[in-house]
Amino acid sequence: MHPPSDPRPLIEVEDLARDYPLGEVVVPALRGVSLAIRRGEFVAIMGPSGSGKSTFMNLLGCLDRPTAGRYRLDGEDVTGLDPDRLAALRNQTLGFVFQSFNLLPRASAQENVELPLLYAGVKAAERQRRALEQLDRVGLADKAGNLPAQLSGGQQQRVAIARALVNTPALILADEPTGALDTRTSLELMALFQALNAAGITLVLVTHEHDIAAFARRVLGFRDGRLVEDRPLAAPRRAAELL
Amino acid sequence: MNLSDTARSALRSLRANKLRSALTTLGIIIGVAAVITMLAVGEGAKQRVAEQLRGLGTNLMLVLPGTVTTSGVRLGAGSRNTLTEADAAAIRDEVPRTLAAAPALRGTGQIVYGNLNWSTLIYGVTPEYLAAREWGVARGRALDDNDLRSGAKVAVVGQTVAEMLFGGTDPTGQTLRVKHVPFTVVGLLAPKGQNLTGQDQDDVVLVPITTARGRILGTTQGRLRTVNNVTVKMADGADMKTAEAQVRELLRQRHRLQPEQDDDFNIRNLSEVVEAEQAASKALSALLAAVASVSLLVGGIGIMNIMLVSVTERTREIGIRLAVGARRRDILTQFLVEAVILALIGALAGIALGLGSSLGLGRALGWDIAFQPHAVLLAVASASAVGIFFGWYPARKASRLAPVEALRYQ
Repeated sequence: MHPPSDPRPLIEVEDLARDYPLGEVVVPALRGVSLAIRRGEFVAIMGPSGSGKSTFMNLLGCLDRPTAGRYRLDGEDVTGLDPDRLAALRNQTLGFVFQSFNLLPRASAQENVELPLLYAGVKAAERQRRALEQLDRVGLADKAGNLPAQLSGGQQQRVAIARALVNTPALILADEPTGALDTRTSLELMALFQALNAAGITLVLVTHEHDIAAFARRVLGFRDGRLVEDRPLAAPRRAAELL
Repeated sequence: MNLSDTARSALRSLRANKLRSALTTLGIIIGVAAVITMLAVGEGAKQRVAEQLRGLGTNLMLVLPGTVTTSGVRLGAGSRNTLTEADAAAIRDEVPRTLAAAPALRGTGQIVYGNLNWSTLIYGVTPEYLAAREWGVARGRALDDNDLRSGAKVAVVGQTVAEMLFGGTDPTGQTLRVKHVPFTVVGLLAPKGQNLTGQDQDDVVLVPITTARGRILGTTQGRLRTVNNVTVKMADGADMKTAEAQVRELLRQRHRLQPEQDDDFNIRNLSEVVEAEQAASKALSALLAAVASVSLLVGGIGIMNIMLVSVTERTREIGIRLAVGARRRDILTQFLVEAVILALIGALAGIALGLGSSLGLGRALGWDIAFQPHAVLLAVASASAVGIFFGWYPARKASRLAPVEALRYQ
């Protein structure tokens, strides 16, 4: 059940810091975090609100730029890249799953999944094939034509996961993915995540629920913008067995 | 992201706000409709003026006898017969670049053919007259110098007269009576149409001026051989103002007028009338052009306004797109394409409205309308330009959003 972890680190951060100017005051959201995450890991980031875990996540996802420190993603120093190169990384190397799903409301499930392929310049027929493949993988092959509003919360989040997977990224970042879901749907989602991880996808997941973090294989604790805990979980819970 | 994908997604988001999109395009619709109408009306007016110019002949002046003032009572133009055939000959000989100076006697009279009769304008002219008016014959021949010398009883009839008396059959060789004098019809004039005042120029019978003076219009016989008017045609490129001054100076000398005396003749420069018409239609076109550009400007500002609202409303969508890998130029293109599509929809509706309104205007006001195929191109091009110009700022604003902030936007 433990896929052999690739020893090369996928993520390396050194003294990563992010300050937010708030009028006259500068609020330090992240005060220098150093860590490495290897390929194939399943990491849960925990911490109370304001601990800097979401800021850290946004930096990992190249959605935000650090004030100080270094970030190497897949061996490439990301800190100084131009916006187009960062967009390419988000498109090819990263996949996002958000608490509020963040699907385009007027696009069907399939069109939402196709979106990253659209920006990758993939032709229409190939886009459709790969989008349907990923929808099938998350168990929503029959809902391809539905608008997000016609899907349940759990289904919408699965569409978001299919979208994150469609460009076969090295890393999936999930920010409170179960925050808007009920317990059973959350379990189903975690089972899906565990299955993806078993298939070799690196996962980093932010949560404030211990029950959810318990499905990961490594837990990072954040407090006041610092990494205060980093422990492996020898025997993570198996979501599929709890269903 | 290729253009057709972008266009499809732009159409989708415009459809999501149908009423708003429709209202936004209203300014463009009015602007484009004004452009189309302006060009149709302007071109129509230009063509009509050009046609009238052709009908009148260019570089023409009409010299009329002057007025008489008796005890403070001023009688109208032509009330005194001050103009003579000799004056006409003098103009022709002494004013430089004169092509023709054709004297004419005019009167009205009943003409009879068989059991039909018709009251028409009878013109006693020299052969020069048709040359000055650039007027040819459709059948038969024009008047010639022999007719003039011999005072032949021959006539050339206008199209309307031919229609009224001969019912469309060939009038040449027929004999008609003008004031009881029999005339042989030797020619049928080419159609000339209406003049500037709407008078039918084809309702006329031309006879040699000598015959007219002796036989039918001869009220003022005698040595002086007065005439009712002289048509003066100048060479192409001659300055009509100068020519007019020269004719005036010559006639004042010939009529022995003292410097303090008024002219005893009138000169009408026909080109001026046409120029005035042209100026009027230019003014109308300028007015419509102003309406069109103001409307396009307002329409463009409307598009910009709505696109700015749209960018704000869709900040989160922009964030999502950036998160899945859209580059800045993808976002820029998306919003720019939306603005241009909005403008183009406005242009299409505006073209339809413009065609309709110029047809309506033409019918309601009796104006001539000439549609311009290039007007459609111009309308589409200017609408696209407006879309790009006014869509640029909102689109750029959208593309510069930071992904993390766009995603955080509620």
